[in-house]
Amino acid sequence: MAKFNLFSEDANKSPLARLWRKFKNNHPALVGLWVFIAFCILAATAPFLAPYGVNQQHSDALLLPPSWNEMGDVRFILGTDDLGRDVLSRLMNGATYTFGLSVVAALITTMIGVLVGTFAGISKGLRASFLNHLLDVTLSIPSLLLAIIIIAILGPGLMNTVWAIILALLPQFIHSIRNLIVDELGKDYVTAYRLDGASNWHILSRGIFPNVYEYIVVIFTMALSTAILDIAALGFLKLGAQPPTTEWGAILAENLGLIYLAPWTVALPGVLLFLAVLSTNLVGDGLRKVLQARKAD
Amino acid sequence: MQPLLKVQALSKTFNIRAGLFNRKKFEVLKNISFSIGKGETIAIIGETGSGKSTLAKLLVGAYSADSGQILLENNTIENNGQRDAQCRYIRMIFQDSATSLNPALTIAEMLDDCLKFNTDFDQAQRSEKIDSTLLKVGLLVDHQQYYPHMFSIGQLQRVALARALILDPKVVVLDEALSSLDPSVRAQIVNLLLKLQLETGLTYILITHHLSLVRHISDQLVVLNKGEIVEYGDTETIFQSPQSKITQRLLSC
Ligand SMILES: Nc1ncnc2c1ncn2[C@@H]1O[C@H](COP(=O)(O)OP(=O)(O)OP(=O)(O)O)[C@@H](O)[C@H]1O
Ligand SMILES: [Mg+2]
Repeated sequence: MAKFNLFSEDANKSPLARLWRKFKNNHPALVGLWVFIAFCILAATAPFLAPYGVNQQHSDALLLPPSWNEMGDVRFILGTDDLGRDVLSRLMNGATYTFGLSVVAALITTMIGVLVGTFAGISKGLRASFLNHLLDVTLSIPSLLLAIIIIAILGPGLMNTVWAIILALLPQFIHSIRNLIVDELGKDYVTAYRLDGASNWHILSRGIFPNVYEYIVVIFTMALSTAILDIAALGFLKLGAQPPTTEWGAILAENLGLIYLAPWTVALPGVLLFLAVLSTNLVGDGLRKVLQARKAD
Repeated sequence: MQPLLKVQALSKTFNIRAGLFNRKKFEVLKNISFSIGKGETIAIIGETGSGKSTLAKLLVGAYSADSGQILLENNTIENNGQRDAQCRYIRMIFQDSATSLNPALTIAEMLDDCLKFNTDFDQAQRSEKIDSTLLKVGLLVDHQQYYPHMFSIGQLQRVALARALILDPKVVVLDEALSSLDPSVRAQIVNLLLKLQLETGLTYILITHHLSLVRHISDQLVVLNKGEIVEYGDTETIFQSPQSKITQRLLSC
């Protein structure tokens, strides 16, 4: 590697490369990104990484505190619960449910939201105003409440929770995407591109999406943090994942009775939830800051 | 001489929403007619809101007219709101080149798209055309790989010009395209425009507030007020003896 970079190639980079350069300088966001990636990997590989099975009971080790405590045991790094199940293994597997399913829910929301939002953005007249008024009505209900209403119709269960969250997140998502597309369509470069002979498809694929996908990622992170909290909240309220499942909210609810006896069984899932939401928000916030900075210059 | 571009009784009305259900009609352009020959320049001046930009957008086809015709070399390209969508002989340069260029595409990609949409050139012909057009407007071939954010304002205006010229237009509409430039860059671009006009017989429609520029390069002058033509004729004659009050006021400031 050369020590000096004689010709600064900074200006020569594509918009994506410039985005990454600015993002890198925002250290909290970068840490958030690493934590986020770690959660993704954990969610995908937890069953193979976990030292014990989720429902494997150790009758000789009930309610062991974490291993750094005097009473702890190295075999169970984060201790055990009242049935002698390893807390670490359960929490690792919980990432698959709480974090993994939230990502899936947010991804599906993104796909449907981008499709419908784009359609709403480019269509005019009666169709567009009908869709808008419909969205406005659903927008006035908080997403968790909407999810609970949908659960009331579908019945409790983990998969139903995912559907409920998707349906509850969609109105907001479609609304944001629609506004984004309408804003972008009003810009001069779209008019100019149309005058070059570009079709609607060209305008969307080469004009608008390359310029708004970062915003879509920002909206995605917001949807994701809402989804994580909603899945956990519904699990905690016993409307989502049911107890033997290792969803973090369900673990919390299950161990709530042990809060004085074995505080770590309640605190640790809470910490993980906090970390998952924090890292998602840090990434989203960092990205938003970069985009604002780019707009300013 | 047979005029190149003929505009006949062009009118445009916008529907403005005034309240929840009732809409108001707002006549932006009323009965606009003028004509220009090949290689000439016509200037359009008028107060803000007099409909100049609307007229420019009608000419290039970004809006469609309510009534009236636009004829290019005796071919009707717009007839009472029916636009010949294939026609790219009238091109426009926007006021702000920075916002009229797609930030996500390189210059080469943008020009290439232009050619792809409108010609059946193959890859080699297209890149040759891009090279020659860039050279024509005073840019380098290396600039192809640049993104719009990497250019200065003067260069961006040249890029916009390249984009207009790459389809070999007959008429170029400049809507305040020179106003945002500083004097020396403006002089450069004006000289470039005049040179191109001499070489290829381009016709310019110049919309500007800049009176000395109008006097310098335009052959004919149209004065618009509230969507109507109040004066139309030879530039020098109008500057010497403006007839209407509105023209007198515009020219005196
Ligand atoms: N899309 C539109 N919908 C409704 N009204 C419009 C629209 N575009 C322009 N107008 C109105 O038409 C009138 C003429 O606008 P236009 O932009 O053509 O003026 P202009 O002569 O170019 O002014 P300026 O010198 O400030 O550029 C204005 O009153 C404007 O409010
Ligand atoms: Mg204007």
